[in-house]
Amino acid sequence: MSTIEPGIRLSDLRGDTRRLRTERVVRGVLLGGAVLSIVISALIVLSLVREAWTFITQVEWASLWTTGWFPRRGLYDVKTLLVGSILVTAIAMAVAVPVGLGAAVYLAEYASGRVRRVLKPALEILAGIPSVVLGFFALTWISPQVVQRLHGDASLFNLAAAGIGVGILTVPLVASISEDAMRSVPLALREASAGMGARKVTTTVSVVIPAAVSGLVAAFIVAVSRAIGETMVVAIAAGATGGSQFTTNVFKPGQTMTAGMAAQAAGTDAVRGQALTFQSLFFVGLLLFLITLGLNLVADRYVRRVRQKY
Amino acid sequence: MATLSTPAAGAAAGAEVVRARLTGGKADVRGRVFQLALVGCLGLALVVLAVLLVDVITGGWEVLSQRLGDFLSGRLSSRPARAGISQGLAGSFWIAVFVVCLAFPIGIAAAIYLEEYAPRSRLTRVIDVNIRNLAGVPSVVYGILGFAVFVKALGSLTGGRTIMAAGITLAVLVLPIVIITAAEAIRAVPDSIREAGFGVGATRWEVVRGHVLPYAAPGILTGTVLALARALGEAAPLLLVGAVTGFLGSDFAIFDTNQVRERFTAMPMVIFNWAQQPRDEFRALTAAAIVVLLVVVLLANSAAILLRNRYEKKRG
Repeated sequence: MSTIEPGIRLSDLRGDTRRLRTERVVRGVLLGGAVLSIVISALIVLSLVREAWTFITQVEWASLWTTGWFPRRGLYDVKTLLVGSILVTAIAMAVAVPVGLGAAVYLAEYASGRVRRVLKPALEILAGIPSVVLGFFALTWISPQVVQRLHGDASLFNLAAAGIGVGILTVPLVASISEDAMRSVPLALREASAGMGARKVTTTVSVVIPAAVSGLVAAFIVAVSRAIGETMVVAIAAGATGGSQFTTNVFKPGQTMTAGMAAQAAGTDAVRGQALTFQSLFFVGLLLFLITLGLNLVADRYVRRVRQKY
Repeated sequence: MATLSTPAAGAAAGAEVVRARLTGGKADVRGRVFQLALVGCLGLALVVLAVLLVDVITGGWEVLSQRLGDFLSGRLSSRPARAGISQGLAGSFWIAVFVVCLAFPIGIAAAIYLEEYAPRSRLTRVIDVNIRNLAGVPSVVYGILGFAVFVKALGSLTGGRTIMAAGITLAVLVLPIVIITAAEAIRAVPDSIREAGFGVGATRWEVVRGHVLPYAAPGILTGTVLALARALGEAAPLLLVGAVTGFLGSDFAIFDTNQVRERFTAMPMVIFNWAQQPRDEFRALTAAAIVVLLVVVLLANSAAILLRNRYEKKRG
């Protein structure tokens, strides 16, 4: 054994075995925690796929394209749910993108430090409002005070109110991701633009926003994914418990993928039904999972691009 | 410009003059309109928040002011004059217990592993991407997971559609959020602190326990409180796991561990149930229950935000 200095051997530097054993045990425990996340993903996919497969193999294909989504009567018109989800998401984005983006530009580019410290937490409070609460608000305030005033024929339960409710829910999400994206644009770009004599508007619109565009796209995609997955607002405000006719009228009750699942689970205190009613829940769940997974993966790629650039 | 002034005021006036020269003396109308529109966007979001709060508080005021004690201690009932939220509160309490006992330790452990231990391997990358995707999975889908795994497959352990199954499901739901926020807090710890620890011969765990975790603690705490608030407000998974929406027979008590394997309800479920009742009395009850839920959730959120702001300021 080579000595480094007289009196000190290499084995002395290894530390005592008790400490090293603790180190190994801790490492194993922590790794267990991290690997559990993969186990959870696997369980999600497994629990979805098993029953969904039963549904796909046993369902009559004709019943997937009928007049409406009435799982308890054996009518599984998927397009009713898909179109409902698309309508609600589109309305939600029409609300959340301008409002969220505007708020983000203001907070990132215009607000002074003091204003920002007050307004940003307020926006975060909005982010903390549970979705059942927004559902109730959409039904009791947005629907009568906003939607029915704009459109007299609208029923109390309607997709438009649900969409606006979901939009409000996603505003803080859009604002916070967009603001992060714009704040990560280097100051030098703004200074260069100002040095060329550009005004603040011009700098913001033609320099900062284009530089942050991949982050803004990510914000949009994450918000879409969140809006498609939002359940309780639609379940409360869009009506249609039990089933829904196919509709493209946003001023009438309707159903989305998520609300369809919730309606099936609620009411009876349990997820049950005859024939394939039960399995159809898993089929819709799988569809929803795949759509949001795809969106999240794309958004992740865009976020990564922002991070690498600056 | 013969008037004397303090240097600061002079500089400010000078800046004004220069700005006026540069803009050619014209007012920047487009800029003003743009800024106004931006303020309008933020203002709109905050006005909606204010309207929402005022709406539920005025709606629930009658119930809260006239029979608060009754309302908090009463049970679910089809008669609005007697209905209360004690069972919902107890359910939410137990959900919080499960989230704190399961999601917090596991989530923080995973975050420590990913930030401090994980080699740059393919497994690490897979775990990383996976966790971020899990955070984006809709909550109803977690409900399906809870139903298939914790209600059905592990039914002998959880007792089926019980508060235990629901609590574990929500713990799983917030786990990715806990991991992501804790990992961010740990990443913000300067490397010099770790290097100092290693320099005096500490093992990795000793460095983490003695230096990294205490430094990251406020950030981790913020994330966990936000995750807890999220779990308390979540309703969709409970619906699928089988929360009782109508009448709950058992007298649900908070500090009784036997309740863990009983049928349950929770605050968001009580709200969902009442929101669907057509009668006006239930409108008021719903609003009152919402006020109670918001007090809990928003207090938790504000505490987390304040904590984070204070600690951000301190660290500069």
